[in-house]
Amino acid sequence: MRKRVPWMLALPAAAGFAFLVLPLAGLLVRAPWSTLPARLAEPQVLQALRLSLGTATAATAVCLLLGVPLAWVLARVEFRGRRLVRALITVPLVLPPVVGGVALLLVLGRNGLIGRHLDTWFGLTFPFTTAGVVLAQIFVALPFLVISVEGALRASDPRYEEAAATLGASRWTVFRRVTLPLIAPGVLAGAVLCWARALGEFGATITFAGNFPGRTQTMPLAVYLALETDPDAALVLSLVLLAVSLAVLAALRDRWIP
Amino acid sequence: MGRRAERSGEKGVSGVGLAARLGVRRDGFRLDVEFEVGAGEVVALLGPNGAGKTTALRALAGLVRLDEGWIELDGRRLEERPAEERPVGMVFQDYLLFPHLSVLENVAFGPRSRGRSAGEARKAAAEWLERVGLAGFARARPRELSGGQAQRVALARALVGEPEMLLLDEPLAALDARTRLEVRSGLRRHLADFPGTAVLVTHDPLDAMVLCDRLIVIEDGRIVQEGAPAEVARRPRTDYVARLVGLNLYRGAGHGDRVALDGLELSVAESVEGPVFVSFSPAAVALYRTRPDGSPRNLWRSVVESVEQQGDRVRVRLGGPVRAMADITPAAVAELALGPGTEVWASVKATETHIYPA
Amino acid sequence: MRAPLRRLVALALPLMLALPSCSSSDGGSRTVTVFAAASLTEAFTTLGAEFEDGHPGVKVRFNFGSSATLAQQLVRGAPADVFAAASPATMKTVTDASLAGNPAVFARNRLEIAVPSADPGGVDELRDLADPKVKVALCAEQVPCGAAAAKALDAAGLDVTPVTLEQDVKAALTKVVLGEVDAALVYRTDVIAAGGKVKGIAFPEADQAVNDYPVAALKDAPSSALATEFVTLVLAEQGRTVLTEAGFEVP
Repeated sequence: MRKRVPWMLALPAAAGFAFLVLPLAGLLVRAPWSTLPARLAEPQVLQALRLSLGTATAATAVCLLLGVPLAWVLARVEFRGRRLVRALITVPLVLPPVVGGVALLLVLGRNGLIGRHLDTWFGLTFPFTTAGVVLAQIFVALPFLVISVEGALRASDPRYEEAAATLGASRWTVFRRVTLPLIAPGVLAGAVLCWARALGEFGATITFAGNFPGRTQTMPLAVYLALETDPDAALVLSLVLLAVSLAVLAALRDRWIP
Repeated sequence: MGRRAERSGEKGVSGVGLAARLGVRRDGFRLDVEFEVGAGEVVALLGPNGAGKTTALRALAGLVRLDEGWIELDGRRLEERPAEERPVGMVFQDYLLFPHLSVLENVAFGPRSRGRSAGEARKAAAEWLERVGLAGFARARPRELSGGQAQRVALARALVGEPEMLLLDEPLAALDARTRLEVRSGLRRHLADFPGTAVLVTHDPLDAMVLCDRLIVIEDGRIVQEGAPAEVARRPRTDYVARLVGLNLYRGAGHGDRVALDGLELSVAESVEGPVFVSFSPAAVALYRTRPDGSPRNLWRSVVESVEQQGDRVRVRLGGPVRAMADITPAAVAELALGPGTEVWASVKATETHIYPA
Repeated sequence: MRAPLRRLVALALPLMLALPSCSSSDGGSRTVTVFAAASLTEAFTTLGAEFEDGHPGVKVRFNFGSSATLAQQLVRGAPADVFAAASPATMKTVTDASLAGNPAVFARNRLEIAVPSADPGGVDELRDLADPKVKVALCAEQVPCGAAAAKALDAAGLDVTPVTLEQDVKAALTKVVLGEVDAALVYRTDVIAAGGKVKGIAFPEADQAVNDYPVAALKDAPSSALATEFVTLVLAEQGRTVLTEAGFEVP
């Protein structure tokens, strides 16, 4: 028998869905479809898209490398101050991205706490570089991954890890062959969230990495700039971003919800 | 240090067995037990829930840290070693087969983790699957297995690494009664073949009787009785065990051929002095509505508390100054018109009582 | 870091278009909303305070940001009373949409090179900006300050590759203040506003690219009377004094 949805739930659900979908519909309706092909061929569009996809993917890779171990420590190791650490990790979520960008500048900028040493010793600077874009994206997107993976770890049964230990598996082998496979859906969902967040990042990127076509001008920046003088171009860029994002997310649809 | 079981010679055992003192303090609970297990011997830890038997087992496995004590297995000290470095195989109550691996890969997991090549590990795993009668299930996933099959895979997984000690945590608890029968006999055979020491935890007395060579009863974190299963069953030393084996048990002071219990003096068949246990089977208890003539020497008044049918007998629980259980025929129940609250006289022959020092 | 935050506020305003306007549209409203280019921040804030002194009970609300962004918002219907742009081009966007009447040029701004007070890049003149070792921040060309910079560099025949093209002039200035870049082309008024944190270096080619700043009261202003009065203040002696102090040139 089909489950009847109580209208107390159906109405807000429909409203929520409409609120999310209508702006997208607006984009589609007002897009300059006639001039679309010509605009798409503009080098700046492809440049921004390539940069966005590349940096978001690189940022996600780093987030996985750093975030999964961090999530493991938070979920499996009892230490004093664990609650504080967990709270600190969620700070980038509530921090306005621009403030995040400023904070990154203060630490990793040319005169930053660490940045100045990186510059003197290694000649390494991050602002105004593609690496800087990736760093800004990592800062805002890492919490998503950590929270997702930590949730998956807490839900998984630690007794499997005990069984593996009695079978002679070292802690690293346990992690690799038992823990990780069991939380793989959660890791994937976290990675998707992380990627999506990195792709859409604007405030921290423009503050920390600046804006330069081909090097630091990601899609969101290109859209914002275009909006000032040529709204149609902005719409085109937005559509491209939308299409690419949807394609990637749809391709992972089976694992979308862990 | 270490008793050798007589059978160890037959199995070609080289180890000397297990000697352990396990002291664990947790949340107001204290475990303090000391025991030995010979090579080739199977010891069962029996006790009520919360007694500490699983804690003891986990301490042997290395999953729980000892606060006091030691673990010596075949001459080597293990208590400082983490679980993965102990030559131990464990079968868990819920089996804990890795759901993302096939049955074969589950069994091959141990050898692979310890450094054997994938090919070697799979070969050894396949051999063991054959031994437990599940050769055709190599590619199956754990969720496709029945309870009995999963238990056998868990056993194979624990044994394929040729451990020196096998630990089993309530190995049959998750099975229904019928499967338990079959699996129990299979497990008995494997335990008989296993050359190392085996410790199993159970709260089912039948498991303990069938599977082990020696029984250790643990209550409240302490060993209260130890011995061959038949011996423990014949001479229980605690209420728990007595109830488990279905005997009436009392503690009293013996003097000559009489034992003074709380509220009753019994004549017994032997001469004893000092603190003693007295036990007798429920089947040895006779019930009368009126005081019988010929006065059997052990006679007391009681009140029926409950009447339950158990198979072809009826168990009558008696209250009053002396609590006891009596097993009588349904016909007798009808004849005596017994029901809760009925007053009866109960008696037991001196020759049917067992006494042993407390 | 005011400019980027103001930028975000400016972005949020179009979202509020859906909400009905809260202020009444009769001339008796007590608020004047002024959209002004980022470079006018200090000068107009002072003028706003003086206007409030002269008109008790009236509050002046400012929205400072990139002129191009502000123009776009006005075209899309953001409610405002006065628009002061950093270039005739951005004002044209608004007049073309018939939202404003006759704009009047009230100030001129010329470009200067801004360097951190310690001058880590060793920049003395415009030519130094073309040195690849020098990190330069420019405004994006769509922004008036960027258009002016392009004109000036053209006139000097220099090819400068910046490390970043900022959204508005205040963002470019901030990069200099933080020491992240060695130099930026910003307005003279920005250099003065930054005080001792930044050193200004004038250059002759700046004459080629002086930006005219037009101001206009908007036609559909909610407080049209007050709007006109504010514009009058800006053009009057009072306004000219404040603007000059800030570093603008007045016609």
